[in-house]
Amino acid sequence: MKLIISQMPVVLESLNIGFLQTLKLFFVTLLGGFPLGLVMAFGSMSKFKPLSAITKLVIWFFRGTPLMIQLLIIYYFPGLVLGNPVWGGGEAGRFAAASLSFILNYSCYFSEIYRGGIQSVPIGQEEAGLVLGMTKGQIFFKVKLLQMIKHIVPPMSNEIITLVKDTSLARIIALQEIIWAGQSFMKGSKGISGAIWPMFFTAFYYLIFNGIMTVILSKLEKKLEFFR
Amino acid sequence: MSILTVSNISKKFEHTEVLKEISFKMERGDVLSILGSSGSGKTTLLRILNFLETADTGSITVNDEVTFDASNAGTKSEAEIRKNRLHFGMVFQSFNLFPQYTALQNVMLARELLEKAKPEFKTDKKRILEKIETEALELLNQMGLSDRKGHYPHQLSGGQCQRVAIARALALSPDILCFDEPTSALDPELTGEVLRVMKELADKNTTMIIVTHEIPFARDVSDRILFMDGGVIVEEGSPSEVIENPKEERTKQFLSKSNIK
Repeated sequence: MKLIISQMPVVLESLNIGFLQTLKLFFVTLLGGFPLGLVMAFGSMSKFKPLSAITKLVIWFFRGTPLMIQLLIIYYFPGLVLGNPVWGGGEAGRFAAASLSFILNYSCYFSEIYRGGIQSVPIGQEEAGLVLGMTKGQIFFKVKLLQMIKHIVPPMSNEIITLVKDTSLARIIALQEIIWAGQSFMKGSKGISGAIWPMFFTAFYYLIFNGIMTVILSKLEKKLEFFR
Repeated sequence: MSILTVSNISKKFEHTEVLKEISFKMERGDVLSILGSSGSGKTTLLRILNFLETADTGSITVNDEVTFDASNAGTKSEAEIRKNRLHFGMVFQSFNLFPQYTALQNVMLARELLEKAKPEFKTDKKRILEKIETEALELLNQMGLSDRKGHYPHQLSGGQCQRVAIARALALSPDILCFDEPTSALDPELTGEVLRVMKELADKNTTMIIVTHEIPFARDVSDRILFMDGGVIVEEGSPSEVIENPKEERTKQFLSKSNIK
């Protein structure tokens, strides 16, 4: 115990840096995944058959294979097979590759949630907007969007909380997120080696951050209770 | 000049002919009620007038202006269709109010969006918005809903919702206001308050087309009655002709089952 306390400042400093990378990946995924998911939702619902078929194929692939494999393929494939290591070897390259994988993977899940949300808005809402002379865009943004958001907050909350933990998968391409930071003290880093507790300690970071997310998301859900 | 001329409107869904060569005319200030059993095509006709369905043949003329012609239906731009649509207002059976807006906001929304699209909006924003709100409040008042303006649809009764929906349609000052079974989703107590409001509109010479099963109401309020069956107009005329003294066997049959007296 005494040992742990003495190691604490050094470990926390590393874990904080790692967690910053975790958060970056988390927010970048949401920032890219939310809009891309919406585009894919419209793609999969398109009346233009080839577009909806291709979109569904992409969704099938990204939901049907492990995210870990997708990370490995996206990071190594260009270099190994095409002979063009587009990502470079540094942390920035690994982060870019991880971001791309996460955005693609999560936008597929998001798109299905969006699709459910869009289809849950009764057709009468669209018809009422049409007879009132609204454009398709106005109907979507002024009438349907908020109703759709209300429907998707609970399933979206699930995905968001899963995403917080899934960012740890980026460890597989050596992205220096919090798991990587914790693990480094097992192999030896900053004069500490063979310490397994920093790894365990990372769980608190996830737990606290997900606690904050849960509070924010349920606040949002409450806020949308003003209509039914 | 007729306010509305419908000629030879036909519509097929898959292999079912829902409307067969429907033609009728209507004058400004008239109330036209369309009666008929479910599946007779009355709702489809109303939806065609409001561009929610596209007829396979025929044309629709409002105030001497052809708003729909099946022979060139595909060539109209979305903006043109939107403009033509505004000749008509529509009140739905299931209200279709926007749940995230208050009664007042429901009435104002479409007007606001239309005004915002105009170039003069920017220079005169405040006055235009005030005008929209004043008129919306006036409409709600007319519907007896002044004290409900800040309520959301889920806080209103069905009858109140339908009256908001009527105010919402009136806010765009349509030439012809259409009602698609406006009281079918309401219990008898609430039906009365909606019919009362519609009667007031009729007394103010609002041009209306009403698809309804409320036969006594149709008799009292209408200038003309269309009785439809199997996608055709079986009989048309004044309420005393069609409801009191029907000539066609099918009309008699329908009315006898509806026990109006």
